[in-house]
Amino acid sequence: MTTTGILLLAILILGFLITFQIAKASEYVSVLKGEKKAFEQNNRINAFLMVVFLVLGLVGVWWCNSLLYPKTLLPHPAASEHGKNIDTMLWITLAITGFVFLVTQIILFWFAFKYQHSEKRTAFFYPHNNKLEIIWTTVPAITLCVLVGFGLFYWFRMTGDAPSDAMQVEITGKQFGWIYRYPGKDGVFGKKYFRNINEAKGNQLGMLWKDTTIAKKDRDGNVAGHAVLKADPAGFDDLVDNTAMYLVKGVAVKLIINSRDVIHDVGLSHFRLKMDAVPGTPTTLWFTPQYTTEEMRKITNNPKFDYEISCDQMCGNSHYAMKGMIKVVTPEEFILWKAKQKPAYANAFPSETPEAVAPAAAQPTADSTTAKKDSASLASHK
Amino acid sequence: MSNDALHGHPEVVTTHDAHHDEHHVHHHKETFITKYVFSQDHKMIAKQFLITGMVWAVLGGLMSVLFRLQLGYPDQAFPWLEDILGRWAKGGKISAENYYALVTMHGTVLVFFVLTGGLSGTFANFLIPLQIGARDMASPMMNMLSYWFFFGGSIVMVSSLFVQTGPFSGGWTAYPPLSALGDASPGSKVGMDLWITAMALFVVSSLLGGLNYVSTVLNMRTKGMSMTRMPLTMWALFFTAVLGILSFPVLLSGFILLLFDRHGGTSFYLSDIYIATTQQALPNEGGSAILFQHLFWFLGHPEVYIILLPAMGLSSEIISVNARKPIFGYMAMVGSMFAITILAFLVWAHHMFVTGLNPFLGSVFVLLTLLIAVPSAIKVFNWLTTIWKANIRFTPGMLFALGFVSLFISGGLTGIFLGNSTLDIHLHDTYFVIAHFHIVMGVSAFFGMFAGVYHWFPKMYGRFLNNTLAYIHFWVTLAGAYMIFWPMHYEGLAGMPRRYFDYSNWESFKQFAELNKFISTVAIIVFAVQLLFLFNFFYSIFKGRKVTTMNPWGATTLEWTTPIRPGHGNWVGEIPEVHRWAYDYSKDGRDFIPQTEPIGPNESHH
Repeated sequence: MTTTGILLLAILILGFLITFQIAKASEYVSVLKGEKKAFEQNNRINAFLMVVFLVLGLVGVWWCNSLLYPKTLLPHPAASEHGKNIDTMLWITLAITGFVFLVTQIILFWFAFKYQHSEKRTAFFYPHNNKLEIIWTTVPAITLCVLVGFGLFYWFRMTGDAPSDAMQVEITGKQFGWIYRYPGKDGVFGKKYFRNINEAKGNQLGMLWKDTTIAKKDRDGNVAGHAVLKADPAGFDDLVDNTAMYLVKGVAVKLIINSRDVIHDVGLSHFRLKMDAVPGTPTTLWFTPQYTTEEMRKITNNPKFDYEISCDQMCGNSHYAMKGMIKVVTPEEFILWKAKQKPAYANAFPSETPEAVAPAAAQPTADSTTAKKDSASLASHK
Repeated sequence: MSNDALHGHPEVVTTHDAHHDEHHVHHHKETFITKYVFSQDHKMIAKQFLITGMVWAVLGGLMSVLFRLQLGYPDQAFPWLEDILGRWAKGGKISAENYYALVTMHGTVLVFFVLTGGLSGTFANFLIPLQIGARDMASPMMNMLSYWFFFGGSIVMVSSLFVQTGPFSGGWTAYPPLSALGDASPGSKVGMDLWITAMALFVVSSLLGGLNYVSTVLNMRTKGMSMTRMPLTMWALFFTAVLGILSFPVLLSGFILLLFDRHGGTSFYLSDIYIATTQQALPNEGGSAILFQHLFWFLGHPEVYIILLPAMGLSSEIISVNARKPIFGYMAMVGSMFAITILAFLVWAHHMFVTGLNPFLGSVFVLLTLLIAVPSAIKVFNWLTTIWKANIRFTPGMLFALGFVSLFISGGLTGIFLGNSTLDIHLHDTYFVIAHFHIVMGVSAFFGMFAGVYHWFPKMYGRFLNNTLAYIHFWVTLAGAYMIFWPMHYEGLAGMPRRYFDYSNWESFKQFAELNKFISTVAIIVFAVQLLFLFNFFYSIFKGRKVTTMNPWGATTLEWTTPIRPGHGNWVGEIPEVHRWAYDYSKDGRDFIPQTEPIGPNESHH
């Protein structure tokens, strides 16, 4: 141990000893004073401290709020329509619970002080009162129904179907980063299969670019069967990117959320939303961004502001560094950005010009969910 | 035993206590081993649970101090950390791997080994036979086994701290695939096998204990002790045991499937996984990672009430005794605990609103979850009415019981935020959640436990704890708990995710660096004060002020009709008969009327 360590330990032990000696001494004093007197004195002190705690506590709550409120998300508008609803719900809940908090805590500590032991009084024998019980069963029940009502109203709005013209982006979590995929010009995601993932060949999602036969190995490495996979032309124009997800202000977006390994969570605190990324079970989330990144920088008065995606589900030792990024841009900027992007297929096979990118060939409804099922059924053909 | 080796004469150790037991009804020769180690006396088993729980609480608390150092002072190196943690803290800085191991162990240890084993194990064992009027548990042998399974589980869990790849580090909820794949996290290698084994032993312990508590309460009440004459502690511990019996097996089944996935090549929880470190696609297909969460939270939520109900029961009893008033609305208190017990089984999926759960299913769970606030509100209002027009003695037990009520209110109200899926989709897995559950089931359950220890310490050891130290303990802990957890709500409202090793690279969350420093400092102080309590506890066992009367608090319940240091069998001679409920305080001008006193001819009815 270092000297500072020893010093700290010594101070701690010394502090303990002093406290202990005082405590011991006060016990002897109380024996000398008579137990009754000592009890009465202690009782008065503790009763007084109850009020002190209440007052200091409430001052502390106010002080804490004035210090920390500006650092939360609440001073600025939520970046999505859903987020604004959530903030409303938050304020409704806060008003009700805040009122109950104040009333009950004040009653608790005030009664504790007021009804402290006194020789002159005896306690009031008051074992039950059914009317009171009914009141404080029904009033909370009704209040909670109100909260449930508001909550579910907003909940179904948020979790209902995305608008039919919503843009689709797939986001896939992996240890430790995010992969974003856009369906390309045809508006359809190409199929993918996890056994086809090959990072070295630029296929980090396992997209079906070529007809392939994959040997399925069991845990001992023995070949247990074959997955015969047909190339899906719908995927030839898909954009795959690891740097940022570009979204358009005012355009609804439906996220299709996947994970490649363990459970992650797409945490979008500025939009007030999050959804888990579960391997094998795609999830979805839709919202409409309200402000571009630039606008939000002005609103928050922070030139470094960005819509950060935080992983909100413990996913391993670098969980804390699994940062993603959303860039909300204007429609014009989005078109410019998209024009500059090269499909992942073209990146993976720079020498080939992709055969006719045929949107007609792809099933119109195919998204990654159906793609997964299809590939799974393909796989079972052995 | 090392003690035997040291002293040579185990009898020397026992004689000191043995003479108190001379007038014991069925006295038989006890050796050190049968009295202190493989004891079948419920009171000794309770003390074993309590002291083991304390060791765990110190370990678990110390872990939180260590990871709070990282959160509060991310840039600073503490060379002494390397002295105690070795390669886990190279250069005095905790590694991410170690941080996650500490966080995970802190959660596991405190939730299961302290607040379940330590709390229920102590007070159910100690109080059930004493308060219902029984000589011991229905099966003292099973009771003893319950402790030793708990001890075995503890040893296995501690041993996982010393394995090469480290203890499990995927969070106390142990969600697969992270917990199933050693390649995804080193903590999920052998550390996770030890974790599962320890938890399995713990579940066995919990079931042996729980079955015993239930059968004792149902079958072994003394004459006249009808169910509705039992003190609320008994009801609380009874419901707790029922919850445990019905939900722990589900957890165990979840763990067994996890074990199969880890070692048997099954795919209960695994599907479509590609591991980047090994560049391998796993053979598993068709499993559901969410299935584990259902199985886990089917215990996990009742677990919250397994922790809370005993604290509620202990506090109810202690508040009534020290307010010198009957608990207000006894039947409503029992009814609300019953309602909580039932609802506890119907709300688990509120932990899973953002897993992709069907939104309609989610809405059902919102309704059921917020329903729990109703019985909780009833309990709070009843406690408040109990101290209305009371004549309060601020014993340390009473202070902690009142502190429990304050914390239960504060933490309970934030549950209304999180139980509502609309808000949960924003606040889920942020510091708001940490603040919520630490206040409502962490600190408040600790307060219930402290209240119980201070109140029944005279019955346990025939001595009092030092009051001054107790007051310091209470006020610093109460203020400290609020200072630690209250500001965390604001971090949550900034969307700050939990379980992050370092926030300094996040534009959205780095504004709380100062606050984190403050919280860490307070946490260290509060931890030090708990050590003061432990010192008080162990010092007072041997040197505390002696109890001179059988009933030092002037309580009505049966445990205070036993000798000051009751032997195995509790009562000398006949077990007393019970004639009334446990809450006749300040009735008909009398300070209190013990349960053993027959109803007088002129007594008023209530």
